Amino acid sequence: MTTTPAPTRAETEAMIAEVLGQYPTKAAKFRTKHIKANDPEGSKECEVKSNIKSRPGVMTIRGCSYAGSKGVVWGPVKDLVTISHGPVGCGQYSWATRRNYAHGHLGVNNFTAMQITTDFQEKDIVFGGDAKLETVLDEIVELFPLAKGVSIQSECPIGLIGDDIEAVAKKSAKKHDIPVIPVRCEGFRGVSQSLGHHIANDAVRDHVLGTGGGTFEQTDYDVALIGDYNIGGDAWASRRILEEMGLRVIAQWSGDGTLNEMKSTHLSKLNLIHCYRSMNYICTTMEERFGTPWTEFNFFGPSKIISSMRKIAEFFDDEIKAKTEAAIARYQVRFDEITKAFRPRLEGKRVMLAIGGLRPRHTIGAYEDLGMEVVGTGYEFAHKDDYTRTYSMLKEGTLLYDDPNSFELEEFAKHLKPDLMGAGVKEKYVFHKMGIPFRQMHSWDYSGPYHGVDGFAVFARDMDIAINSPAWDLLEAPWSKAGEVA
Amino acid sequence: MTTTPEHASAVPLRVLDHNDIFRDEVYEKQFEGKREFEDAAPKEEVQRVLDWTRGWEYREKNFAREGLTVNPAKACQPLGAVLAALGFEGTMPLVHGSQGCVAYFRSHFARHFKEPVPAASTSMTEDAAVFGGINNLVEAMENITALYKPKHIAVSTTCMAEVIGEDLFAYIGAAREQEVISQDFPVSYAHTPSFVGSHITGYDVMLKGILEMLAKSPDADASKVEKSDKVRLNVIPGFDTYVGNHREYRRILELMGVDPLILGDHSSSLDSPADGEYFLYPGGTPLAEGALAKFSRASLLLQESTLRRTAEYIQKDWKQDTIVLETPLGVKGTDAFLTAVAKVAEVEVPAELTAERGRLVDAITDSHAYVHGKRVAIAGDPDLVIALTRFVLELGMIPVHVVSTNADPTFKARMEKVLSASKFGAEATVWPEKDLWHLRSLVFTEPVDVLIGSMQLKYISREANVPLVRVGFPIFDRHHLHRFPIIGYTGGLHLLTQLVNTILDEMDRNAPDHSFDAVR
Repeated sequence: MTTTPAPTRAETEAMIAEVLGQYPTKAAKFRTKHIKANDPEGSKECEVKSNIKSRPGVMTIRGCSYAGSKGVVWGPVKDLVTISHGPVGCGQYSWATRRNYAHGHLGVNNFTAMQITTDFQEKDIVFGGDAKLETVLDEIVELFPLAKGVSIQSECPIGLIGDDIEAVAKKSAKKHDIPVIPVRCEGFRGVSQSLGHHIANDAVRDHVLGTGGGTFEQTDYDVALIGDYNIGGDAWASRRILEEMGLRVIAQWSGDGTLNEMKSTHLSKLNLIHCYRSMNYICTTMEERFGTPWTEFNFFGPSKIISSMRKIAEFFDDEIKAKTEAAIARYQVRFDEITKAFRPRLEGKRVMLAIGGLRPRHTIGAYEDLGMEVVGTGYEFAHKDDYTRTYSMLKEGTLLYDDPNSFELEEFAKHLKPDLMGAGVKEKYVFHKMGIPFRQMHSWDYSGPYHGVDGFAVFARDMDIAINSPAWDLLEAPWSKAGEVA
Repeated sequence: MTTTPEHASAVPLRVLDHNDIFRDEVYEKQFEGKREFEDAAPKEEVQRVLDWTRGWEYREKNFAREGLTVNPAKACQPLGAVLAALGFEGTMPLVHGSQGCVAYFRSHFARHFKEPVPAASTSMTEDAAVFGGINNLVEAMENITALYKPKHIAVSTTCMAEVIGEDLFAYIGAAREQEVISQDFPVSYAHTPSFVGSHITGYDVMLKGILEMLAKSPDADASKVEKSDKVRLNVIPGFDTYVGNHREYRRILELMGVDPLILGDHSSSLDSPADGEYFLYPGGTPLAEGALAKFSRASLLLQESTLRRTAEYIQKDWKQDTIVLETPLGVKGTDAFLTAVAKVAEVEVPAELTAERGRLVDAITDSHAYVHGKRVAIAGDPDLVIALTRFVLELGMIPVHVVSTNADPTFKARMEKVLSASKFGAEATVWPEKDLWHLRSLVFTEPVDVLIGSMQLKYISREANVPLVRVGFPIFDRHHLHRFPIIGYTGGLHLLTQLVNTILDEMDRNAPDHSFDAVR
């Protein structure tokens, strides 16, 4: 397999300068700070700035605070009714699109793939929406009697018209004797989804955490699976590993999760966090309030799965360590089978990524296990601590971009000519037109799971499907080659 | 083990994904074990509540709702504004307000069209909520111009901008004064508050904004109209997510010897070739042509509820024949359309179209026995629902539940006119402003044989075990339906094919062995 040699830092910097040269001065000045050639040592001059406002008009790929709270953190909790509080759109566009799988009957004991909204009209804006919210809460309790509670996800107007959703929530919670959780995740707050995650975590802290428990006997092996949204069944595949290590998962946050699990998570002996970005806040809170230790792990691909399993086992006794080693030995057979099948077909292929949360760094190892190389990566809504976790995972000179927009992704792809692009649905079809194989890495392109041992097989298969499809050979018409008739 | 090796080298290992993997016993046990921590309701209790939600008592409670909306079949105004903008050449839709909205619009359309959807946001945040977003809009114009080089920017608003009362007209003026765009750079705008109307309203006001801007532009000069023997007619499809429809309108009018000008033609911008190169603006109504639209013989508007403001504007300002028709679906719908075109353009309907009509009628006679008397529920945008209802009545189907979440006050009367014209329409009940949770109750209490509507009806379809014929928007879960027309006689044939084959598939699926017929 031949690969293009990795660019040097200077070469990458020259490419960045060329792309940014097309910006107006003001925007170029801002964007320069967000795009760097990697230094694995994480030197100051290569530091990527992050968590700063997107420039207007650049076609950012970012979403909003509501998306971070409703779409990511709260929406997947299956036995809560999640109200999209405000006009109809936000809930409509985020209805069932994130693929947070959950067991239960929709509208009866599972309210995930539903669009439940106060559907604000002009009069609600003019006179305020509190009365309507109160009515809606009454109606939810009547129509969805098995709902364990309600979360109110604020859309932009709520914070602008001065509604007091906290008062309504409190009154309604008392009246119906269920938790009613007001969340101030209006879309204009903050610069991306990220503040929405934080606000959502804070709402869990203030209204849910530590309020329950005792519905089951505790053991020394109780852990919580945090920051796994069960996209395409991810959390189930991860949970399988943890259970085979001898651990007992008492709570899933928040994919296929329930209110009771969140209420009793403080009983966990160790919190295991996959998506650091969206749920580090609650882990820190539990550490401070209940002394619960927490650790990050990575269940993408054999190398990271094995090292993460050993890292987690270190927190427990020899029995768990022995079970972990036995599980690793079993998994190794399966990993070998998968890499033997797919690696020869993917070896040397170069990947560009632009994703949210944890994936711009967490999937690097899985690609490497298949012989692939990440030549450009970046986050939609990362903070500094995400980048400090990333530098050392990449070669010197690898392109890093924060909050990359449509223009930049297209330009960098033209320069880097990746064999595979991994980003979201907004980006997908641009790269299809360009003839660059693409996988949606938010929704797993309607596939999955990608976590765990079972997920790695699907991941490898899907990358193979994308890269080795015969469709890419069809783009050019025989008569259009070099402008000549064949 | 969950996989078996495969010999074919193109598929080196057969891998099971979420569809199958979780059926494994290991997972079955995991799911059962997890219940301990869920404090889940007993299974019998879940079943009891489930049964209750499907009954008449629940239906009454469900219809008594005053505030709650569950699974509505409508979206918000700026979504429609973005679609209107994408129907014009070189146009960048710019939505003024919070940036998350634009991420949602782009994703929503990308999932339906399977195409890139350019649209920019002014990315207003908390400070802009306090001080106003003028700087955001000006910088957005500057960045868009530099990076995306549009020929026209179409500005709409999110609810955030509307709540704080942003003045688009003044801000666009400021962008010109600050020279981030030139004095004559085309910018159109529309205020599109999400808390008024729905996506179809946003389409209407943005289209009107664009047409007004074009009609006042220097290109709107009668001397620029090319001399032609053919009569030029404006065709305005409305919020029509079938790119095949746009092409079909053009084909039909050209066959009739008319020169069609489709206003809001996204058939190229949202259905571009994959050939190795990406074009940001692959099509749309040419701006220079749009500017001449007021000199056309007439305008045909094909969505009455959607295009109300545009129709008023054209009638008042362009002073041309403004012909508002029901969307031409099926035989009679298309007949009415062709008749109107022939009359206003003073042309004949050519033999070719008459033959197409005959082929559609022929196909209907072939299929009529299988669709006759089938009970249907229809949901979607008001104009589409009316046209679909008329079509199913032609087929001898029985509309039972007709739901339109974003129906306007004229909907019920228009619907009743269509229903009363056929004896197959007598059973129908019409439900303006109801949502798909209402429809769920209707379908469980008064069952139907077929559902017609967007992919959002798939939950009811599965739960009530009623097949869904996907028509309308959005359709995320089936591919390419929107690339074929549903209007005109050819479109009627596509719709009929979808309908009858869905019914036949269902018949085969449920047939006892002896009735599993080789010929239908």
